Amino acid sequence: MSAGSYGWLVLAFPLGGALLIALGWRLLPGRSAGWIASGAIFGSFLSAIGALFALLEREPEARAVTSTWFSYAQTAGLSVDMGLLIDPLSVFMALVVSGVSLLIHIYSVAYMASDRGYARYFAYLNLFVFSMLLLVLAGNLILLTVGWAFVGAASYLLISFWYRRKTATAAGMKAFVINVIGDVGLVIATFLLFSETGAVDYAGVFDGAAKVFEPGDTTLVIACLLLLVGAFAKSAQLPLHTWLPDAMEGPTPVSALIHAATMVTAGVYLIARTHPLFELAPTAADVAAIVGTLTLLFAATVALVATDLKRIIAYSTISQIGYMVLGVSAFAYSAGLFHLMTHAFFKALLFMAAGSVIAAMAGRQSIDAMGGLRVAMPLTFATFTAGALALAGAPLTSGFFSKDEVIAATLDRGGLYTVLAIGAYVGALLTALYAFRIVFRVFLGEPVVEARSLARGQLAPSRHENPATGEQEDTDVGFPGPEHHIAERERSMAAPMGALALLALLAGLLGVPAVTHVVDRFLEPTFADSQYIDQTPSDGAAYLGLAIGGALSLVGIAAAYLLYVRRPALPLVLRARFARTHRLLSSRWYFDELFDRLLVRPTVAAGRFGNAVVERFLVQGALVDGTSAVVRAGSSAARAAQTGQVRAYAFLLILGVSALVLYFLSGSV
Amino acid sequence: MDASWFVVLSAFIFCIGAAGVLTRRNPLVILLCLELMLNAGNLALVSFSRMHGSLDGQIFALIVMVVAACEVVIGLGLIVAMHRRRLRIDVDEMAQLRG
Repeated sequence: MSAGSYGWLVLAFPLGGALLIALGWRLLPGRSAGWIASGAIFGSFLSAIGALFALLEREPEARAVTSTWFSYAQTAGLSVDMGLLIDPLSVFMALVVSGVSLLIHIYSVAYMASDRGYARYFAYLNLFVFSMLLLVLAGNLILLTVGWAFVGAASYLLISFWYRRKTATAAGMKAFVINVIGDVGLVIATFLLFSETGAVDYAGVFDGAAKVFEPGDTTLVIACLLLLVGAFAKSAQLPLHTWLPDAMEGPTPVSALIHAATMVTAGVYLIARTHPLFELAPTAADVAAIVGTLTLLFAATVALVATDLKRIIAYSTISQIGYMVLGVSAFAYSAGLFHLMTHAFFKALLFMAAGSVIAAMAGRQSIDAMGGLRVAMPLTFATFTAGALALAGAPLTSGFFSKDEVIAATLDRGGLYTVLAIGAYVGALLTALYAFRIVFRVFLGEPVVEARSLARGQLAPSRHENPATGEQEDTDVGFPGPEHHIAERERSMAAPMGALALLALLAGLLGVPAVTHVVDRFLEPTFADSQYIDQTPSDGAAYLGLAIGGALSLVGIAAAYLLYVRRPALPLVLRARFARTHRLLSSRWYFDELFDRLLVRPTVAAGRFGNAVVERFLVQGALVDGTSAVVRAGSSAARAAQTGQVRAYAFLLILGVSALVLYFLSGSV
Repeated sequence: MDASWFVVLSAFIFCIGAAGVLTRRNPLVILLCLELMLNAGNLALVSFSRMHGSLDGQIFALIVMVVAACEVVIGLGLIVAMHRRRLRIDVDEMAQLRG
């Protein structure tokens, strides 16, 4: 089969799975919906591997296959195909997305087993994977936008999956609204690019842009900035990041799938995909790099003080995506995408392990309530530590090679990028600190009640309450199910975690500087047109970067050990000493408050004003009541003419006849 | 003899009848005045018939007399009905169709 057919198969499997489960959920007993969904993603993953081999058979120059199913729109000057672009970048993304999704599906089979919305969950999950694969395989900007919006919608469904939780539905809405802001940016950018280049397919746009635009053209910079609005909204970069921590309201595997491995990387993919435009508009790329750096620093500082286990990991996701954005904006595409891949592994792993921890804690998510889970949960502890090592960039783990490749490439650009690279190193130090803050506080220390009872073989009974607000809940559909499942007892949770732990530790070996360049080589054809393709840091610089990064990571881990194991009182002292800083960080730099003041409240005030003045006064008062008042006045005048007196009618009759007679008489004279 | 005098006379009688219908409140008198108007019309019809030398007008006059007789029957019947229900014989009192 050709690469194109494999591409369509990649899409067909999850869509078919979603439809099958959505339509046949009544007939699917037990965990079968989960296995069907996992099977669909497995088929998709196999097809992606098929596409990979079909591509590798071709010459490197010919490794970009377009496959058109039908022509979607064909009018004057506009030609949109229902077409896919199969090239190394899209196949790489499809492999990462379908591979990690497969493991998360398998994990979910057990994790969600007692939830009353089991089949609905897997239908959503398959729909989400389909949307994400459509996004990465789309052959033109229109189809990309379709996938883009589908991803937003599917993430809304999954975040609000427990739809009777008010906090979850509010978080879903927030994510959707912010994603739509990004959609608008992407759509306007598409319009702008189409009006300037006359094409919407990638090759046409890039060729057109190279002809139409001088490097640094203002219109192109604007178009790229609009693309960035879309990318930042999906990838949760400043200032459009606020939806991601709230999105942790969804089930934990959803957090692993959407908010770590797939959806949030869409922005990175978009920048990498439209790299010819960004290279023509370096101003926009600089903006992206600066925002990426600020985001990675901001999110790392917040993760230092956050106490909700999932939110710490969520902020670390924002931070790590900052690295990826920095990488692709510094034109170190393969470095950024390599980090995307390793991050997908270790972040999905961290979320899975966190899900297991939360299950053991009977739904509690605050790390203040956790401690000493190491003995009771050896597997979770081991896998979480593997993920945390990779996140912290400890030497020889995957995060070590990928993150430091990004920073080394940034450093190599010089100028402004030197400053950004230093910021990224600071972020790396903070990353190691907060990653091991979780490990030490959750797994080491004095065992809490739940940990002790689990060590005796007894899983703490569920609390049935909202972990954020403490509201009581039942276990019917729309709320989490009655039972919790931990990795130690469920093989279908343990297996994906083990696989990801291996990947998190070893995937870095695909990109050891000067030794292996698997990802670089594979992605090279996509970025062959880049003018920066040869500007990779020298081996010496790369190894120096690795050394600095590894040292910082070890320093961070040591600092975490000092703070949270050796001298547990020290964090409290520091917190009291720097109370204002702590308040700033634990309020997440007041971004939510800022948006509340700047956007939400004015909007609500405008709505109130509209209700009071426009609706009540203008619409209800003037238009609705006014119309009826006019009709009423007219009809009461007409009624007044009906006196009921025969003589009055006769008078009017005679008056009328006389008038007619006079009229005809005067006319005949 | 010129027919126009008859037409003028008919117009006068018609106006007297109309004025009576408009001003009087007693239904009996109103019926009388209506009769005046009808007969004024008859006079005009007969005059025109003679003027044109055609009998059509006279036949019309006969038909109008029949209609007038029917109308009087209904009108007197109404007056009797009013009297039987002990209502005042006054058309201004009969104003229940007021809007």
